[in-house]
Amino acid sequence: MKRDLNIKIREITRVEGHGNIVIDVKKGEIKDLKLEIIESPRFFEMMLRGRRYDEAQHIMARICGICAVSHTSASLRAIEDAMDIRISRQAALLRKLAFDGEMLQSHILHIFFLVLPDLAGVGSIVPLLASHPEMARTGLELKRLANEICETVGGRHIHPISLFPGGVVFTPKPADLKKLRGELEASFTGLEAALEFLVNAKLPDFSLEREFISLKSKGEYAFYSGEPVSSLGKEIDPGCFTEEIKEYVVEHSSAKHARSSKGTYMVGALARVNNNRRQLGPRAKGALRASGMKLPCYNPFMNNMAQLIECFHAAEEAIGLIDELLDLGPKTEPLAKPKGHGRGVGIVEAPRGTLYHEYEINKEGIIEGSVCIIPTAQNLRSIEDDLRAFVPMLLDRPKAEIARGVETLVRAYDPCISCSAHIMDVSFME
Amino acid sequence: MGPQEKPRVAFFSFTCCEGCQLMVLSCEKELPDILKHIKIVNFREAMSEKSDDYDIAFVEGSISRRDEIKKLKKVRKQARVVVALGTCSSTGGLNCLKNRYPMEEVKEAVYGKRAALSYKPIDTIPARPIDAVVEVDYYLHGCPISKKEFLSFLTALLMGKKPDTVNHPVCVDCKMAGNICVFEKGGHCLGPVTRGGCDAICVTYGTWCWGCRGPVDNPNIDSHRETLERYGLTAEDVAKKFALYGECGGGRKC
Ligand code: SF4
Ligand code: SF4
Ligand code: SF4
Repeated sequence: MKRDLNIKIREITRVEGHGNIVIDVKKGEIKDLKLEIIESPRFFEMMLRGRRYDEAQHIMARICGICAVSHTSASLRAIEDAMDIRISRQAALLRKLAFDGEMLQSHILHIFFLVLPDLAGVGSIVPLLASHPEMARTGLELKRLANEICETVGGRHIHPISLFPGGVVFTPKPADLKKLRGELEASFTGLEAALEFLVNAKLPDFSLEREFISLKSKGEYAFYSGEPVSSLGKEIDPGCFTEEIKEYVVEHSSAKHARSSKGTYMVGALARVNNNRRQLGPRAKGALRASGMKLPCYNPFMNNMAQLIECFHAAEEAIGLIDELLDLGPKTEPLAKPKGHGRGVGIVEAPRGTLYHEYEINKEGIIEGSVCIIPTAQNLRSIEDDLRAFVPMLLDRPKAEIARGVETLVRAYDPCISCSAHIMDVSFME
Repeated sequence: MGPQEKPRVAFFSFTCCEGCQLMVLSCEKELPDILKHIKIVNFREAMSEKSDDYDIAFVEGSISRRDEIKKLKKVRKQARVVVALGTCSSTGGLNCLKNRYPMEEVKEAVYGKRAALSYKPIDTIPARPIDAVVEVDYYLHGCPISKKEFLSFLTALLMGKKPDTVNHPVCVDCKMAGNICVFEKGGHCLGPVTRGGCDAICVTYGTWCWGCRGPVDNPNIDSHRETLERYGLTAEDVAKKFALYGECGGGRKC
């Protein structure tokens, strides 16, 4: 059947969506397909210009409430790279611990607040509390623990305070770290339950080969640091990442898109699990086996599974970090001082993928220029490619089902909370 | 709203990082209890249910685009009570840092020459707090808001009491927290001129007060300005040199 179809999916909120999906099909062929991002841009590059270097992490954290630790970390690493600052081992351990807390917090929020309600056929965690009380409470409990990790290290889980150029300016008490350790040990039961739920809920079978880019680190599964690599076997020089990763402006989006020298690529949990599976911790490897995921996996819907596998890893890693910290006996340390100035790059794996910060800092310690490439911008092109391949497979289904499929696909990417983590309103125009 | 019905509460988000909504979501312990007393009818970050019928609107984010003005006015028309949720909304917040430059330059720096086309998604106007557009009933300050303050505010509102507004500088909180003053350690701090209510959390966790809750508006507490003068600074100096949150006019609101 050569079908005409015109779909517009708008975000649900009364303030109108921050992201829309527009699909126009004529005689069974896609004429137009775009993910419109209409989020108000905030112009962080301009906010930063002319500010002191030790304000940068504070400003840049506020790009995103949900991945504030990632932005803070990328910012600190860019500052420290530019100014030749070497932080202590204790500071690095604490920063990584906060990072694991955020990874958990972000993935748990996505899996329990968005994906599971969807799979259970309800609208949010509120009805889930009635229909699947165990699961909902597990989600709330895991999220609380994740927040507590960030609070213990950073003072606050949204916009951490103590992570500062030159180190970490607050030292958690051993007793608080021990408490976290105990709770982390207990968290695997909840994660196992979520895994079982996700394995039994059939995720759509759809696959499209593509490039995956993520950091890779010698000694560990890369979250906080590493060098960018591509699944096509290419290493990317972190100092000149803008030669491989190019951002460009598209008419229908306030978020820029990005491409690699090969074109479309994907970042995030699925990319990391594909690129770095050997470095997952033992429990995370167990979860990977139980998930039945075959690697390399090109199914974007499996990104949710990859996120859950990473929750196991983050919890394991956090336990290890706490043990190291307790061995070290955490003490108050002075900040490492700047020794230079110039250009610096900081790259981390934020929950949604590779995050690049690059600053130019002058002799006075003032920021003269900056570049920031966020994960969702890198995935927008991949999402649109997927939709182009996925929608034709659905064309013989009822409209509501098509719209639902499209929405689920976009959500699987867990695009930044301020553009589409939210449920979208569906309307058809024919 | 009938006398038996739970008040209907909605959350809206404009130009911001959505961290304040997230702060509400992170009341995991209290959430099941809160839901016994209110009905949340709109919360984009967490639910698909939606409604245009609400009594209390929590509004997060600054206004930085023309279409946001229209949407905010609609919210005001519907809601009985409008609460500014967080600094972006209550004073304009960090977003106002871009107001230091002409808007055309701002657009071009981020989007390049194409910005001149001025297509809709990137249209931008100087950032401003929501009370520059509509009347606001209550303010919850902070970048992000304090969970404790949010919960006690909500409780007061639901019990029909007038919620308290904190009107002392951060220094008062800071002394209570038992911190050593940053000035004594040779640093600088916006605590003396900033509205408290946050337990001086930034000093406790090792930095200084960045001024996120906006200027304290009780002129009687000038003694804390003396702290500054003792260190050879005026409140205006401090606001100009260090304030990230007061770009709209020397520490005052946009
Ligand atoms: S006030 Fe701060 S935390 Fe709240 S939305 Fe604005 S930037 Fe985010
Ligand atoms: S100036 Fe700052 S550090 Fe000193 S008491 Fe006031 S808030 Fe605390
Ligand atoms: S100490 Fe200052 S910057 Fe920190 S939360 Fe309080 S008012 Fe905001």
